[in-house]
Amino acid sequence: MRPQDILSPLPAGLFCKPGNFHIDPVRPVERAVITHGHSDHARAGHGAVLATQETLDIMRLRYGENFAGSTQAVRYGEEIRLGDVTVKFHPAGHVLGSAQIAVSCKDTCIVASGDYKDVRDPTCAPFEVVPCDVFITEATFGLPVFRHGNAADEVKKLLASVALFPERAHLVGAYSLGKAQRVIALIREAGYEAPIYLHGAMEKITHYYQTKGIALGELRAVRGTKKADLAGTITLAPPTATSDIWTRRFPDPVTAFASGWMRVRARARQRGVELPLVISDHADWDGLTATIAATGAGEVWVTHGQEDALVHWCQSKGLAARPLDLVGYGDEEESETLAEGEEA
Amino acid sequence: MNRFAELLDRLAYEPGRNNKLRLLVAYFRDVGDPDRGYALAALTGALSFKHAKPGLIRDLIMERADPVLFGLSYDYVGDLSETVALMWPKADLIAHNNPPPPTLTDVVTTLRTLGKTELPKQLARWLDELDETGRWALLKLVTGAMRIGISARLAKTAAAALGDKDPHEIELMWPGLTPPYTDLFAWLEGRGDKPVNLDPAPFRPVMLAHAIEDTDFASLDASDYIAEWKWDGIRVQAVTGRDARGHLIARLYSRTGEDITKSFPDLTPSLHLPGAIDGELLVVRDGRVQSFNVLQQRLNRKVVSPKLTKDFPMHLRAYDLLSDGENDLREVPFAERREKLEAFVQKLDDPRVDLSPTVSFENWEDLREARADPAHAGAGEDAEAVEGVMLKRRDAPYLPGRPKGQWWKWKRDPHIIDAVLMYAQRGHGKRSSYYSDYTFGVWTSAEGGDELVPVGKAYFGFTDEELIEIDRFVRRNTTEKFGPVRHVVHEPEQGLVLEVAFEGLQRSTRHKSGIAMRFPRISRLRWDKPPRDADRLETLEKLLKADTAKNLVTSDGH
Repeated sequence: MRPQDILSPLPAGLFCKPGNFHIDPVRPVERAVITHGHSDHARAGHGAVLATQETLDIMRLRYGENFAGSTQAVRYGEEIRLGDVTVKFHPAGHVLGSAQIAVSCKDTCIVASGDYKDVRDPTCAPFEVVPCDVFITEATFGLPVFRHGNAADEVKKLLASVALFPERAHLVGAYSLGKAQRVIALIREAGYEAPIYLHGAMEKITHYYQTKGIALGELRAVRGTKKADLAGTITLAPPTATSDIWTRRFPDPVTAFASGWMRVRARARQRGVELPLVISDHADWDGLTATIAATGAGEVWVTHGQEDALVHWCQSKGLAARPLDLVGYGDEEESETLAEGEEA
Repeated sequence: MNRFAELLDRLAYEPGRNNKLRLLVAYFRDVGDPDRGYALAALTGALSFKHAKPGLIRDLIMERADPVLFGLSYDYVGDLSETVALMWPKADLIAHNNPPPPTLTDVVTTLRTLGKTELPKQLARWLDELDETGRWALLKLVTGAMRIGISARLAKTAAAALGDKDPHEIELMWPGLTPPYTDLFAWLEGRGDKPVNLDPAPFRPVMLAHAIEDTDFASLDASDYIAEWKWDGIRVQAVTGRDARGHLIARLYSRTGEDITKSFPDLTPSLHLPGAIDGELLVVRDGRVQSFNVLQQRLNRKVVSPKLTKDFPMHLRAYDLLSDGENDLREVPFAERREKLEAFVQKLDDPRVDLSPTVSFENWEDLREARADPAHAGAGEDAEAVEGVMLKRRDAPYLPGRPKGQWWKWKRDPHIIDAVLMYAQRGHGKRSSYYSDYTFGVWTSAEGGDELVPVGKAYFGFTDEELIEIDRFVRRNTTEKFGPVRHVVHEPEQGLVLEVAFEGLQRSTRHKSGIAMRFPRISRLRWDKPPRDADRLETLEKLLKADTAKNLVTSDGH
């Protein structure tokens, strides 16, 4: 069977005809298999949803109890038969519960990796290389200028700034699912023990991480804290909040932003960031190319991001490669907006 | 080099002056000699080596990267040095033979002696050894494009703070110091004697004036003051001294102490008497002072051609004397310095140096009239270059900085127009949550009727309370958002009228209106005025024509 007969891009998302399901559909469908809980991949309103327990929990937190007709939880490594295909979930190292989905039909195996990163993250299971025939990769940071470096060094930069400016508040913009918790965990690993403050929009999801046994130390809500008491503290907030009126409650805030985009100066400056922290939950260029090579796939489909450069790289290495035109996925940091009532 | 790169990186993003200062002081404290000295030299523009051309950097990356990937990356990043710094391939590291990354001292001292042919190889070696930020800083340094918003003055102020010294002390000794300034740092840290400035023509920190407010006059006695015209030129200090061999050395300094002698070769021969004059740099044609617009055409030129010096002859108008070549006069009262200045200028007897005349007045009302009409109060044909009057206390010594109550500036009233707020952009630093940068426009006729055309941008002049009011207005009346920019409603009946004050107008190809304002600021919020009653472009055109006409007349008379 040709790979494109197993999985094909349709307006609703990547569709598996022999298994009759969509992967990360952007429109309501009958049966959805979901890689991870970010809102551009996990949407409400599907008939049946198959995902990891964590992803299902996160969707429930975001969309309420009735986010899908029915749900089925799956563990990493567990094989499930859907129609004429089998699907198997493998850790993607992106956020808590994130998975790559291996779809096998007869002797062809396609891995839809969703979003992934191949570097250490204390808040989720480590990425696993899955040998396959066709590898579907993201390309958020698919240009050789994106090299994320060591996240621990970036956190050192933040803590050095906190030490240098003890009378100012440090506001760290970070996507509220995954990035924020990873940054907090890294701050703790660096030996910082003081309470860390949270924007209202991050409280629920962060507490969920804690219930899953991820140690984040003492966390406090910014809401209700006096301005003077926020001097010398670190607060995590959604990226959009760090340039919002909300920041006026902080004494002379230093605006930091934890993102892979911070590698490029113009991007950081455009956002008015004073302390860019290059910390990404997506693989960087070296990570993307190393992973593609490690899967042993002879064919690569490239989706959301800088497809051109990665397709060019694959072809220069003798791999069949093409961009996969899927719409509706973006960089979660660019799309996160605050819901009403979350401005606390 | 990596530590210096880290500093540059932080400074490049930090908008606040005091915070920049803190970062610099921390660097000078943490980093030892001679690295910090070379850093100070890099930040003050005191390093000298031949810069690498962008072409060389491009060649280096092309030998190592896929051209398609480089092209896509360069397109995305938009800056050559940054693109190369980021995509430079990781060197194959041989564990036992890994050289440590170069220090700033290594880089600076090597570049001084390196031949042109050896440069590419040496650069590549350094790029292999440094991290992303280190590579970026190295490339900025070697290409001489280190624009990170730090003035030489700020870097020196940070060095002074290290030893709790007055930055003026550093300015005084600066011309006698050379990188890596180990003697300076030894003194700042209390380990050595104060370096002596052996420069025969040193800069002396300048004295500045406060802007006078109407309410100030009540407490001031007119007879305590001497008044002069305030010239719309460039404040300079012209210093002449004799070196060890008895040769005359003449230098021109900007008010911040920057040596600008090289830009004005036509003026230096006129500085042939040892002494230090405080005065205004002006263009004078046929005995008439030209406007600032004319002077501007002479400034910031890389090459000072004979044609330039002929068309824009430089002139020094003297108003104070800090040294007569033998004595430091700065402790002497102004009235006495003025007498010495008059004698000095007479003795100098040079057509390019003259005395800034005093303005006679009995009381503040006299002076107000003179200020309103300089042409008939002694300034004559030079009145166009007068931007107000200066008041100097007769008994004031020459004090560095902006001491209270000694010198006052009383500017002429600015031009005023009513314009309509069109776009607002978020500010930086403390203002990053406020829409504090405003683009405003005036009415002009278009095919479909009147429309607003942008004529300028202003981000100060308003009070903190007014900022909050405008910010609220912007948020409630946004019609479109483009990144950090908001389009604000600007219809004939709906919108906010801003009273904008400015000093003058110039032709500009950068603005759609063809006009650029000098020093625009928001002087008042006109909540009471509907946008349809705001000014029209024709008003500005008329004003511009009046200015241009004056300049043309003077050119014709040449």
